[in-house]
Amino acid sequence: MSKKDIIICRCEDINLEELHHLMEQGFTSIEDLKRQLRIGMGPCQGATCLPIVQRELAIFLKKPLEEIPLPTVRPLTLGVPLKAIAKGAKNE
Amino acid sequence: MNKRILIIGAGVTGCSIAYNLAKKGVKNITVIDKSFLTSGATGRCGAGVRQQWQTKANCIMAKHSIEFFEHAKETLGYDGDIEFKQEGYLILACTKEEDEQFAKNVVLQNSLGIPTKKLTPDEALKIVPHLNKNSFISATYCQTDGHLNPFKMTDAYYQAAKRLGAVFHFFEEVKSIRHENNQYTVLTTKGSYDADILINAAGGYSREIGLMVGLDIPVYAEKHEILVTEPIAKMQSPMVMSFAKNLYCQQVPHGSFLMGRTTPKQPKGHDIDSTHEFLDEMAKTIDDILPKIGELRVIRQWAGSYNMSPDKQPIICESPELKDFYMACGFSGHGFMFAPMTGLLISEMILNEPLTLETEMLHINRFKHQTTHEVEKSVV
Ligand SMILES: Cc1cc2nc3c(=O)[nH]c(=O)nc-3n(C[C@H](O)[C@H](O)[C@H](O)COP(=O)(O)OP(=O)(O)OC[C@H]3O[C@@H](n4cnc5c(N)ncnc54)[C@H](O)[C@@H]3O)c2cc1C
Repeated sequence: MSKKDIIICRCEDINLEELHHLMEQGFTSIEDLKRQLRIGMGPCQGATCLPIVQRELAIFLKKPLEEIPLPTVRPLTLGVPLKAIAKGAKNE
Repeated sequence: MNKRILIIGAGVTGCSIAYNLAKKGVKNITVIDKSFLTSGATGRCGAGVRQQWQTKANCIMAKHSIEFFEHAKETLGYDGDIEFKQEGYLILACTKEEDEQFAKNVVLQNSLGIPTKKLTPDEALKIVPHLNKNSFISATYCQTDGHLNPFKMTDAYYQAAKRLGAVFHFFEEVKSIRHENNQYTVLTTKGSYDADILINAAGGYSREIGLMVGLDIPVYAEKHEILVTEPIAKMQSPMVMSFAKNLYCQQVPHGSFLMGRTTPKQPKGHDIDSTHEFLDEMAKTIDDILPKIGELRVIRQWAGSYNMSPDKQPIICESPELKDFYMACGFSGHGFMFAPMTGLLISEMILNEPLTLETEMLHINRFKHQTTHEVEKSVV
């Protein structure tokens, strides 16, 4: 299977070839890769891509998995419409 | 020039300075950052670029910088897409005072060649049909304002600077600085560097870097929060902004909406945690001004530091007390859009070239000799 057909992130449609290309250019932390590819920032908040990227980095850098740090967990974990938040805030 | 130059900070400011110096043939440039590329305010910012300012210095800095962004991809030889969307800023006047002040701002901006127009609510609604007509009195609009991808823009400077020979070190923090016999020795978490010229481009930490050489730079860090929604098909061209109602809101080419506001009475400091108070206030403001956007789901919120100066305009100069110590800080929440000029001006100062702009209003001395300042009020 071509690396182009292996999807790493479904939210942003990123494939393995794009990931390897950036790693070869020296973007070898998840924080760096996130900012180039938008991985981990879509509707699923990294549930799919982050473990895969972490494993790919571990292989590339020849390091144990535990030594590849994951990015900060941001609120919200599930999308909430702004209107629902506004309504809640006005009733407080 | 054979002098060794060391830049502290690899945000958009440090990268632009490194590029501008390297392009002019300076060989010995090192950039040190305590974290990854764009880890500071640059990677956390709204990345809006506008020329609609109230002070002359800010107008001119922004105008020249936007002219650079228009050709940045070719100028820097960047393979990627900097995602420059040039579809304007629509600034809402929500009080009578704002309406009067904005009329004056338009005169100033037009006199400097910035094509801003004053609009009635109906004219504004033609540009952004989902605006709540009752939430504002009038608006100003400048078509050539816009937005970029801050990661890509900074990467473009970084790649170009590297190609021209600048050397970058990441995940290395500057801990202390010694100055002896006209030479700076910079001690980091990984080693020590000797330099003839030092440049403070440390963003929210500029004050701390100043203190390392005994300088009291009158700037401080202040938290500003921001959020992003799920992406949807394009429905809004310009950035919508209100100072009185405290909001900026922009749809980026990716489809998501970015929006932020200032939390009143935010204490000084380096805290950048997200709060639910911000989320509540942001949601209420959107519901008032852009109710349709309120139907979108928020997927993330985060925060970053503004580096605030007393008059909310940047400090770009050599220190009057310390020779060969330069600073580019105090951007007060709009340093991304000024970065092209910041880099150019610092390179001209270091190489003793004629300056593209009058820089007196950017000099730190303005806080010593003047008792009153022209303060920029067009800020969120
Ligand atoms: C929420 C938010 C929205 C914004 N929106 C806009 C906008 O729409 N338009 C606009 O123009 N601007 C905006 N800004 C402001 C803009 O982000 C900044 O003015 C700009 O990015 C400053 O860039 P910089 O390179 O000077 O600083 P930074 O990007 O903060 O870079 C400073 C670097 O210095 C490093 N550093 C600090 N201390 C040390 C040390 N001791 N040793 C080594 N390295 C060190 C840091 O790691 C950091 O990478 C916004 C800011 C925020 C927070």
